[in-house]
Amino acid sequence: MDINSPFKKFSQKMLLAICLSFISAPILAADLSHYLRPSEIPQPDNNRMTPERIELGKMLFFDPRLSGSNWISCATCHNPGLGWSDGLPTAIGHGQKILRRSTPTILNTAYQPLQLWDGRARSLEKQALGPIEDEGEMAQHLHKSKDRSHGLIDELKALKGYRDAFEVAYPGEGITKNTIAKALSSFERTIVSTDAAFDRWIKGDKKAMSKSALRGFTLFEGKANCVKCHSNFNFTDNGFHNIGLEDATDAGRYAIRKVKILIGAFKTPTLRDIALTAPYMHNGAYATLEEVIEHYNVGGISKENISPNIKELNLTDNEKSDLVVFMKSLTGKPTPITYPMLPVE
Amino acid sequence: MKQKYLFNVVFIILTMVFATSVFSKEYEIDQNSKSFKMDGKKVEAVTIKVGDTIRFKNEDPFFHNIFSLSDLKTFDLGSFPKGQSKTVTFDKAGLAEVECAIHPEMYMEVSVQ
Repeated sequence: MDINSPFKKFSQKMLLAICLSFISAPILAADLSHYLRPSEIPQPDNNRMTPERIELGKMLFFDPRLSGSNWISCATCHNPGLGWSDGLPTAIGHGQKILRRSTPTILNTAYQPLQLWDGRARSLEKQALGPIEDEGEMAQHLHKSKDRSHGLIDELKALKGYRDAFEVAYPGEGITKNTIAKALSSFERTIVSTDAAFDRWIKGDKKAMSKSALRGFTLFEGKANCVKCHSNFNFTDNGFHNIGLEDATDAGRYAIRKVKILIGAFKTPTLRDIALTAPYMHNGAYATLEEVIEHYNVGGISKENISPNIKELNLTDNEKSDLVVFMKSLTGKPTPITYPMLPVE
Repeated sequence: MKQKYLFNVVFIILTMVFATSVFSKEYEIDQNSKSFKMDGKKVEAVTIKVGDTIRFKNEDPFFHNIFSLSDLKTFDLGSFPKGQSKTVTFDKAGLAEVECAIHPEMYMEVSVQ
């Protein structure tokens, strides 16, 4: 029989295809394009990012004079060295008051349509002034009042460095609450995750992920059910779920939308750079990823109004370990950041 | 005379009920890829008539919800998995905002005429 016969060639191709399917199955056969980084950072038409706007926003972000005490900046809680969070179970605000929710990382917040744990801000611009004016957080007043001889806007206007920076960033718009919010938002949109081992793997570097991480990914998308909520590039559905934490005091999203399913529901956080952002959950209930996995493994602690996505998983110890290894593969190398010089006159 | 009047009233009511049941329509809107879709195309607004019904069908592999807190009509259909559907009949004219509580980017307006 002629070895180059069409039948022989066809058989060889079939054999190769079958071998490849065994090597790559089950993960590589799937379409993973939804995990790829979007080509552009989302930004509104009325606040396109420019170097000047980003630099101004950075100054404001690191300036403690944005708080009523002149002692707390946005970066106090959103510390770039701590995954743009604070490493605390729940945040500490004005007057050292311990707040009831944890500080969410602002990494990749540009990709999220709703901001804050309960989604009450529909854009970064609408969120930016919230913590500044909140009496529990930064306790600042934008304008002078009965209690304050001057507000933040007056303080900024008194500094030539800020007057010039605002004029360059937003010509003719002045120093207003809108331009403060827009500048802060422009800077926050630059805080995005870098490529992690998982990204290198889906782009073709088959050695980027360990076998344990690959097993963890299979579990993530299958038995462990994680992908129901932690989906797409940012590993979040941008949705709201009650995941069965023991926290009867916080209504969560229900305070914003009076729909029963939202009682105790909070926004699905990103899993990007997850190794850097402990403790976990909206109330900082868990110090480690192992504790988080155990929470889901038992199907949540409190069953009241719990999301139907949460169910007992019956994971083995090895499977739990693989899931943690996979989640750590979503952490990239943080981008170094330089502290800005702040205007003093 | 009185009997004839009563007969006419009953006849008119029955005719109206019959007409409503015959002429009201049911529309199907799918919840697909975290969007509202009709005939495979994303919709953010639909116009229907008083008495029409919308059947919301979940085609995603995760739970969805349907609710409205509009002045026109307030309802909460709870959460339901892939393959299941829930219906809402709009019995007054006006505008209803319909959302999924779990995935708030799923939003559409129902104009009832």
